[in-house]
Amino acid sequence: MSGGFSPGRVGAMLLRYLFLLRSSWPRALELVYWPAISMVLWGFTSQFLMTNSSYVARAGGVLLAAVMLWDVMFRGQLGVSMSFLEELWSRNLGHLFVTPLRPYEWMIALLTMSVIRVAIGVVPAMLLAIPLYHYSIFTLGPPLIAFFTLLLVMGWALGLIIDALLLRHGLGAESLAWLAVFLLAPASAVYYPVSILPRWLQDVAQLLPSAHVFEGMRAAMFDHVFRLDHFIAAASLDAVYLAVGAVVFLLAFRGARRRGALLQMGE
Amino acid sequence: MMGGVSHPVIQVSALTKRFDATLAVDGIDFAVPAGATAGLLGGNGAGKTTTLAMLLGLLLPSDGQIRVFGEDMLRHRYRVLPRMNFSSPYVDLPHRLTVRQNLTVYGRLYGIRQLGERIAALAEDLQIAEFLATPTGKLSAGQRTRVALAKALLNAPELLLLDEPTASLDPDTGDWVRGYLERYRRQSGATILLASHNMGEVERLCSEVMMMRKGRIVDRGSPRALIERYGRDTLEEVFLHIARSGEFAAREAAQ
Repeated sequence: MSGGFSPGRVGAMLLRYLFLLRSSWPRALELVYWPAISMVLWGFTSQFLMTNSSYVARAGGVLLAAVMLWDVMFRGQLGVSMSFLEELWSRNLGHLFVTPLRPYEWMIALLTMSVIRVAIGVVPAMLLAIPLYHYSIFTLGPPLIAFFTLLLVMGWALGLIIDALLLRHGLGAESLAWLAVFLLAPASAVYYPVSILPRWLQDVAQLLPSAHVFEGMRAAMFDHVFRLDHFIAAASLDAVYLAVGAVVFLLAFRGARRRGALLQMGE
Repeated sequence: MMGGVSHPVIQVSALTKRFDATLAVDGIDFAVPAGATAGLLGGNGAGKTTTLAMLLGLLLPSDGQIRVFGEDMLRHRYRVLPRMNFSSPYVDLPHRLTVRQNLTVYGRLYGIRQLGERIAALAEDLQIAEFLATPTGKLSAGQRTRVALAKALLNAPELLLLDEPTASLDPDTGDWVRGYLERYRRQSGATILLASHNMGEVERLCSEVMMMRKGRIVDRGSPRALIERYGRDTLEEVFLHIARSGEFAAREAAQ
């Protein structure tokens, strides 16, 4: 019997990544370390700018909220890419894909693991900001769930495209996992409004869910409104990019089978 | 076709694999009957591992057909994969996971019921119980081979594909692994296809051998029949004859 989608196989892959995380405390610490350090640095920067910048003074937590939400996207992408890289580093693909595991089940496990890694990494930083800077991102209320989800999904889409490039080019393209997201940072308008960008970059920003999320975040913090237009734009773009990411990933997997890369790929 | 059996477990027709300008497997045909241990024998680059990879579905053929248990592997590999398994010293299990964690993950991927009992039974059988809690990367080559074999037997496969199952093992461990495989085949009735360039191993385990050179099957038969056909004393001498006659032919052609 061939059967179809199996939650049990997705669970098996999640278990594999959780075993790995549990086996190495430096890996687990690394998840928390950077978000926490970023939050501390931007927290002090915010405190300084509160008294020197009318922009930041309008909403004290705007930079902190931005850095935390940016980390949701970055960690979301990294969560997909790191779990994927673990299989390349351990040269495990040849064993995995002689089991009944489907590539799309593996993909779902990678995305689920990304949620777990984001939760482990970013939520402690969000909680730490409360005693340190008397700022709680949770005061954003329900819009926070929307921002969080939209950025996470964009991170997934990016992660899947990076994984596809890794499947095509092997570990020579490994650094993309850490660097690719920063290519989008300027046009994402994380710390400043889209309006300050040059005209052509504003057009690029319109195509990024992240730019809509950060515009929406500033609207929520400065004007206390939830901008449905930005939400719909970000959600629509996310849906397109996630579908593109999934298709590109599955095509790259098929290409790897054609080239014999599943047996050879590794360090 | 080997053995003249009407329902082979593996049936390969005109199987071809090209990597750009390189013809790695050149239109081979063979069949392996149920319960047999067959060997793909050849030097480095002969096409053994490429053939195994296509049988496993890890590599897509450029041309030809593969049927396993009567199913077309290119269209219905997921019907077949639960009934087969694979082991190779060149494909690692994750090093940081303990032996038990690795077997647990793979057991769940195969949907094995009562997995704890299955792992315990295999651990006892393959003498790996004492290092179930050890990270796989800290095992010796011999221990790692036994763990890889435990992984390959988790789903009690009816078809076992092995790529050089005793490579880099000392003679004692290699002999133990060969003995274990013989017992497994006898007790389970499984079919085994192994790729090797260890002549002693092939002579001991295989009832049928396919000699490969440059992606082609250049001869086939039982080890005894091949030895007699070439008028040699051992399979190794047959292998060397075939390999060197190929080099000679190539030199002739080049001149």
